[in-house]
Amino acid sequence: MTWLLENWDTFAEALRQHVVLVAQALALSLAIALPLGIVSARRPRLYTLVLAVTGALYTIPALALFALLIPVMGLGSGPALTAIVMYSLLVLTRNVVVGLRSVSPDVLEAADGMGYGRLRRLLAIEMPLALPVVIAGIRLTVVTQISVATVGAFIGAGGLGDLIFQGITQDIGDKVVVGAVAASLLAIVADEALRLLEARAAALGGRP
Amino acid sequence: MSGLLHWVATHGEIIGRTVREHLVLSGVALAVALALALPMGVALVRHPRAAAIAVGGVNTLRTIPSLALLVIMLPVLGTGFLPSVVALTLYGLPAILLNTLVGLREVDADVIDAARGQGLSERQITTDITIPLALPVILAGIRTSAVQIVSAATLAVFIGGGGLGELISSGLGLLDIAQLVTGALLVALLAVATELVFGAIQFGLARRYGIAS
Repeated sequence: MTWLLENWDTFAEALRQHVVLVAQALALSLAIALPLGIVSARRPRLYTLVLAVTGALYTIPALALFALLIPVMGLGSGPALTAIVMYSLLVLTRNVVVGLRSVSPDVLEAADGMGYGRLRRLLAIEMPLALPVVIAGIRLTVVTQISVATVGAFIGAGGLGDLIFQGITQDIGDKVVVGAVAASLLAIVADEALRLLEARAAALGGRP
Repeated sequence: MSGLLHWVATHGEIIGRTVREHLVLSGVALAVALALALPMGVALVRHPRAAAIAVGGVNTLRTIPSLALLVIMLPVLGTGFLPSVVALTLYGLPAILLNTLVGLREVDADVIDAARGQGLSERQITTDITIPLALPVILAGIRTSAVQIVSAATLAVFIGGGGLGELISSGLGLLDIAQLVTGALLVALLAVATELVFGAIQFGLARRYGIAS
């Protein structure tokens, strides 16, 4: 505890880096997974391929993925961000597809009958109805990203993992524990907040 | 590429040792997780209130980052094999326990009633009816858990637990790209192999019991 009080600035900076890294990773992975999910939702063969590729990426242990990117991209937050995004694609894309597929064909037909175009139908009908499942995917993804980002400190991404790795080399137990507890709390708080958001979306948009 | 092959050819001993360490570490952690989670699941399924508490606890445990879980007990347990096994066991426990509970709960109450009507004892119902019917879901949990443990075992090197993470860690420390990449590829291979082997076991057992998974 004394370590935390005496090194508050170091801690706050590590926490800030961690949150920024995860926020960037989430934005990037949504930018990839949303279109990918929308495109593959009604194309079973493409979806199988997407699942195979993103599933393979998901199986590779975090440290190994970071290590494999070093010869290609070197060290720093760039390769860390890349690895975290690679990890997030399976769950995010899958939940977008599952969410979109859960929309009843009757609803789609009704929208077509009312003269909705494809894009308007997607944005005004399908996405809102798929939202709870998509948020559930975001929740799982953010928890994973917080975890993977912790390991990212190994290749110089900064964040709370920095406190852990530095604490180990400097033999300061408190520093290690502060980093570990903060990373855990961050994951637990994010999980809980997104769980509430998920419940809210489900209540607003009818059943998921 | 030739540098990689050269490194592998000249470092057979350390590769063998780290692979062995990785397998032992993961195997022991999975065995302990199974020994804890399976009986816990069977016992909890009849006590909904205790089960709800356990599920809550396990869901929180599942949220904790793998690296944090490994190092959080460092001041208490120190470094080495034992703390690594403890952390990896905790890491692998949720998937098995949750799937055991879900699997057992999903077994049709009518089927159990019918078995009871045929005069089977509660014990027989558990071992002959409930567990075989819940098996596909339980095996899916074991598979997830095994892959998670093998994956997280890579991080055991940071608390002196050895394993393939050692090649990655010292590869980066020495700026030895061949060692780094060899370690990473072996870890990835091991994780994929675990997924495939446990998938095959899941499929084989489910077929033997005549249940589609």
